[in-house]
Amino acid sequence: MARAAITIDRLSKRYEIGGRARHDSLRDQIPALVKRAVSGRLHRSHTYTWALRDVSLEVEEGEVLGVIGRNGAGKTTLLKILSRITLPTSGEADVYGRLGSLLEVGTGFHPDLTGRENVYLNGAILGMRRAEIDRKFDEIAEFSGIEKFLDTPVKRFSSGMYVRLAFAVAAHLETDILIVDEVLAVGDHAFQQKCLGTMRAVAGSGRTVLFVSHNMPSVTTLCDRAILLDSGRVVADGVVEDVVHSYLRVGEVVDGVIPDTDRVVGTKEILFRRVGLLDMDGNRVGETLFGQPVRVRLAFEVLEPVRDAAFEVGISDAGGTRIVTATTLDRGGSPLSFDRGKWEIDVEVETALLPHEYQIDLAVHHWLDSKLTIDWVEGALTFRALDVGTDAADHYVRFSPRYSLSGVRGYVRPASRWGSPREAVE
Amino acid sequence: MNMLELWRYRELLFFLVWKNVKVRYKQTALGASWALIQPFTTMVVFSVIFGHLAGLHADYGSPYPLFVFAGLLPWTFFSTALTQSSASIVGNSNLVTKVYFPRLIIPLSTTAVPVVDFLLGLVVFFGLFAWYGIWPHWHAIFIPALLGIAFLAALGISLFLSALNVRYRDVQFFVPFLAQLWLYVTPVIYPINLIPQSWRWLLAINPMAGVVDGFRWSVLGKGLPDFQLYGISFGVAVAFAVGGLMYFRRFEQSFADVI
Repeated sequence: MARAAITIDRLSKRYEIGGRARHDSLRDQIPALVKRAVSGRLHRSHTYTWALRDVSLEVEEGEVLGVIGRNGAGKTTLLKILSRITLPTSGEADVYGRLGSLLEVGTGFHPDLTGRENVYLNGAILGMRRAEIDRKFDEIAEFSGIEKFLDTPVKRFSSGMYVRLAFAVAAHLETDILIVDEVLAVGDHAFQQKCLGTMRAVAGSGRTVLFVSHNMPSVTTLCDRAILLDSGRVVADGVVEDVVHSYLRVGEVVDGVIPDTDRVVGTKEILFRRVGLLDMDGNRVGETLFGQPVRVRLAFEVLEPVRDAAFEVGISDAGGTRIVTATTLDRGGSPLSFDRGKWEIDVEVETALLPHEYQIDLAVHHWLDSKLTIDWVEGALTFRALDVGTDAADHYVRFSPRYSLSGVRGYVRPASRWGSPREAVE
Repeated sequence: MNMLELWRYRELLFFLVWKNVKVRYKQTALGASWALIQPFTTMVVFSVIFGHLAGLHADYGSPYPLFVFAGLLPWTFFSTALTQSSASIVGNSNLVTKVYFPRLIIPLSTTAVPVVDFLLGLVVFFGLFAWYGIWPHWHAIFIPALLGIAFLAALGISLFLSALNVRYRDVQFFVPFLAQLWLYVTPVIYPINLIPQSWRWLLAINPMAGVVDGFRWSVLGKGLPDFQLYGISFGVAVAFAVGGLMYFRRFEQSFADVI
């Protein structure tokens, strides 16, 4: 039976918000104190937020656990408690073995020191012994690929070089348990692959690893098991594929309620009330997977009967530039007729959105007089297209592993069919 | 358990001190000579103003420049250590929020850095002796002990202030002011015998009074050692250190949350 490397028992962490501003001045405290004394409420009113709530977890020796969740779900707080950077409000966490944590790369790097000096300093900060750094120094230097600049102050480094050196040190941290937070997202594509390779080697070496990431393909390749945190609680724990699946489904469900105000144009026989993004199973989501149709549900109220309604759904980039438009009239569609009441309609837009932030615009017009708009809402809902899709075997894969995100041009990458090359005839 | 852990992290302590020393005078034209220029210039200015113009009619027992330098050396160490160390936790917030190690290492390493300046200053001081054609007294062997007292006092107050600074940034405005006032209640410019014997005990509560007077006695060898004064100063320095440590230990675990 495998031994436990980490046991966590009903761990909770509470942060105070609002009740006390950060970086207080004594001066700010005095009026508040006087006010409380006068009002007789000597107890400070606290506003709390729970970063972690009753988290229990056991990680076995040699297990590679992925920790996933939205921003603010409590991932970093969990890692910080395990790293002993912060204390839990209640509950216990026990760690068996030497633990190293990489919450960022290059912690403590000093711009005025040379690369070589920073390797020693950073190594010591991460908990490495001097002798250990001496022994691994050449390896670290080689891994970073910037041997030539080791005696240059790091402030003269490009950000890429800086990060390479920092990761090289981190990659040589040899502890029984390793905690890694998103450090893979560094450097250019080639270096990222190298980092991923290192992480794979670490994961395969029998050490216990906790790996926090937003990058689902990395999580699925590196981890055997994953937990999903949502608002400080563990909402899923199990085989990595399943947990990643529930993560992608949970999404940030955006309400999409459309207020009555803000309408510039429109005859207003019909008013949009709500808009939502759906996944293929009909769940409300805040993100789309690459290669799947964008499915939108419109809810609207018909105040006066309309016999010639033509709907339009647009997808625009974050700046409002229209990228895709779909209408009920496309490809020989006909206008729709409505009586008074509340209605809903779903539309699937076949597209292949590349990873960006997008917004959904809605419009409904009179078909008989196309200049007559009934209702028009821009930016009714924002969503994110993920860099992740599913392959034939239903595994999560990155859309195009050969490109780094910044190298992806355009917004849409529709399927294309290429003819076979033939010799050109002049 | 506390001490044991500190011992395990001794190499980090060493690296942080080394970094601070190394980085201190980086990209300055004059480099480490700044460590000498400051006390030396102050000594010259004080000699002109207090030694000649103001004419404190007191018995210095030695040339005034030697007398005042003997006060300035330990004082400069103390005030530099105090100022930098009080800001050390906040100044290293990137470390505090990203990695674990005993937090005590931060103020400890910062307090240790001006020791290097002190040693450089000592060289100049002995040069000054040569200029006057005088040998430092053999009591100079007590310098390490006196430096130790100053170190404890500076560390103790810094532990308290650096922890307080995490929550209240007022500390960084208060400290320079504190250092300035403190100079006046320390017999740096004036000799301790300017203070009536019956009030000395009050002065002794300031550990730097004992350190400065002791330093003079040890290098200049004039007058009688006031062991009662040194004893009280040492006791107060230890009390500062213990009190500061207790306060620091109490709040260190919330540093990462509050900073």
